Amino acid sequence: MQTKNTKTFYLIPYFAWILLFVIAPIALIAYYSLFDLSGNFTLDNYKNFFTSIYLKLTISSFWYAFLITVFSLIVAYPTAYLLTKTKHKQLWLLLIIIPSWINLLLKTYAFIGIFGLYGPINAFLNVFGFGETQILFTDFSFIFVSVYIFIPFMILPIFNALDKLNPSLIDASRDLGASSWTTFTKVIFPLTTNGVKAGIQAVFIPSLSLFMITRLIAGNKVITLGTAIEQQFLVTQNWGMGSTIAVFLIIFMIIVMIITGQRDKGATSNGKNW
Amino acid sequence: MKDIIRAAVAIIVVCIALFFVNDYLNKSSGKASSDTVTIFNWGEYIDPDLLAQFEEQSGYRVVYETFDSNEAMMTKIEQGGTSYDIAVPSEYAIEKMKENELLLPIDHSKIPNLENIDPYFLDLSFDPKNEFSIPYFWGTVGIVYNPSLLDGQTFKSWDALWDPSLKGQVLLVDSAREVIGMGLNSLGYSLNSTNENELAEASAKLSKLTPNVKAIIGDEVTQLMVNEEAPVALTWSGQAADMMWENEELDYAVPEEGSNFFFDNMVIPKTAANVDGAHAFINFMLDAEVAAQNADYVGYSIPNAAAIELMDEEVTSDERFYPSEEVRDNLEVYNNLGFEMLGVYNELFLKFKMSSN
Repeated sequence: MQTKNTKTFYLIPYFAWILLFVIAPIALIAYYSLFDLSGNFTLDNYKNFFTSIYLKLTISSFWYAFLITVFSLIVAYPTAYLLTKTKHKQLWLLLIIIPSWINLLLKTYAFIGIFGLYGPINAFLNVFGFGETQILFTDFSFIFVSVYIFIPFMILPIFNALDKLNPSLIDASRDLGASSWTTFTKVIFPLTTNGVKAGIQAVFIPSLSLFMITRLIAGNKVITLGTAIEQQFLVTQNWGMGSTIAVFLIIFMIIVMIITGQRDKGATSNGKNW
Repeated sequence: MKDIIRAAVAIIVVCIALFFVNDYLNKSSGKASSDTVTIFNWGEYIDPDLLAQFEEQSGYRVVYETFDSNEAMMTKIEQGGTSYDIAVPSEYAIEKMKENELLLPIDHSKIPNLENIDPYFLDLSFDPKNEFSIPYFWGTVGIVYNPSLLDGQTFKSWDALWDPSLKGQVLLVDSAREVIGMGLNSLGYSLNSTNENELAEASAKLSKLTPNVKAIIGDEVTQLMVNEEAPVALTWSGQAADMMWENEELDYAVPEEGSNFFFDNMVIPKTAANVDGAHAFINFMLDAEVAAQNADYVGYSIPNAAAIELMDEEVTSDERFYPSEEVRDNLEVYNNLGFEMLGVYNELFLKFKMSSN
């Protein structure tokens, strides 16, 4: 009896938190999405979402989020692998995490200077005889900065998965005659997929709703669902439409979670994500 | 059961404690108290020295916060939980705030300095008899450009922005009314147009501008223009004055087809906690010397005739920033278009942004 009560006691903060800050806001978003500008109950917002503008917006958001995730993964996996092989791996890992302690906006503003026509990158290109190149406000700069910002979130779970990988499995694979490539594709990678999936979740989902970087680095030439939500709430004051876009964003996120979700395969306990 | 009661008591105790902490914090940050004046203004829209001067003169403590769009400001005031004593909306926002009963009437007898204001800026259609608002600054929308990076364009017409030689060179402000308005003006239509065909035409014309667009951004325009990262930008007159102050190469023009003419006025929101302090602040800002110093710092044009006399002749006779009445008549003030139409403008703007890549 006593233990049961203690348990209830400990659960109170958890349930209060979930109710107040998870369930209530989502319910409110869903509720607001059912009203139009003049406060009438309607499903028009949902109908509106399926017009060309918002569909195009969704597709372009997904495309950029996909590119950001792919490039993060391409850089993060080898980096994480290398980190596990170094002597002071916790120190190296810390060095990668440190930049994420600096305010996001500050880092973004720094890139405006770095990528500018008179910035260091252009000065460097000039030495090799390239003229002034427009780097800021291009797809390249947008993806580069986004990857830079998200990469610690991709490296961490992959690092953890690789770090927990039992080295004897690799030795066994090599002893049994597998080449390094086969060892990688048949042993190392499959055992770290959970880390990769966690990394993809941590990068892809926030990428869908990036919005400050789209303005500062991409000059609003890249538009994401996040930008559209901000506009609807602050400029148009159409809370209904803003909430509707948010509802779809939540649905997309759930889909991404399901696709990249963890499936228990017994032996993968070595590859736990965190 | 005992534990549950204990837990409930704990929660209540924490709530009460939080309530007192909140009360204490609000007091110490000056919220909702009668010896502070809370001002909600646009970014970089006042000389900070003047705030100190006002504190010294009046004995009130000033709490100063900024916003970056009329809409964001209105949302914040409408949602409540704030106690701004002064806000500085533009004319169409004043209309809307009046409609929504978000403003307190202003007692003119407490503002003797009102006589300093040029009558041209009083009793305007958005607030007859200035019942709810007192003029602060005014300005225009136009084009700031750097002749040293261009070959001789002068931007007498909006169409100059469409020139193929400006490929990837034009900066625009991230604001639907300004950009769609520019499209409408360039075709000779009113920037308050609600006509579907005119809007569709403007949208089609704007989509042809996309190859020339370098970026659609906010206040970052200033730094980019000063550093000569771009040769042309659509901007507001006061911001242009700032840029020209820092980089003398720059020039400003308001295209002849017409453009936007705006007034930013001081108002007292319904949620104000210190109405007397708000009046004192408005009166202070209308003082000739104070207004002249502020105009010098901010760069927008002032409606204060007494202050203009104190200012540098070179500034006040500059037709680019103090256009003659004749030119002003060619400019248009934004009407409050209503939510529905604002939504249409924004969707067109979103479409424009989407096509600019």
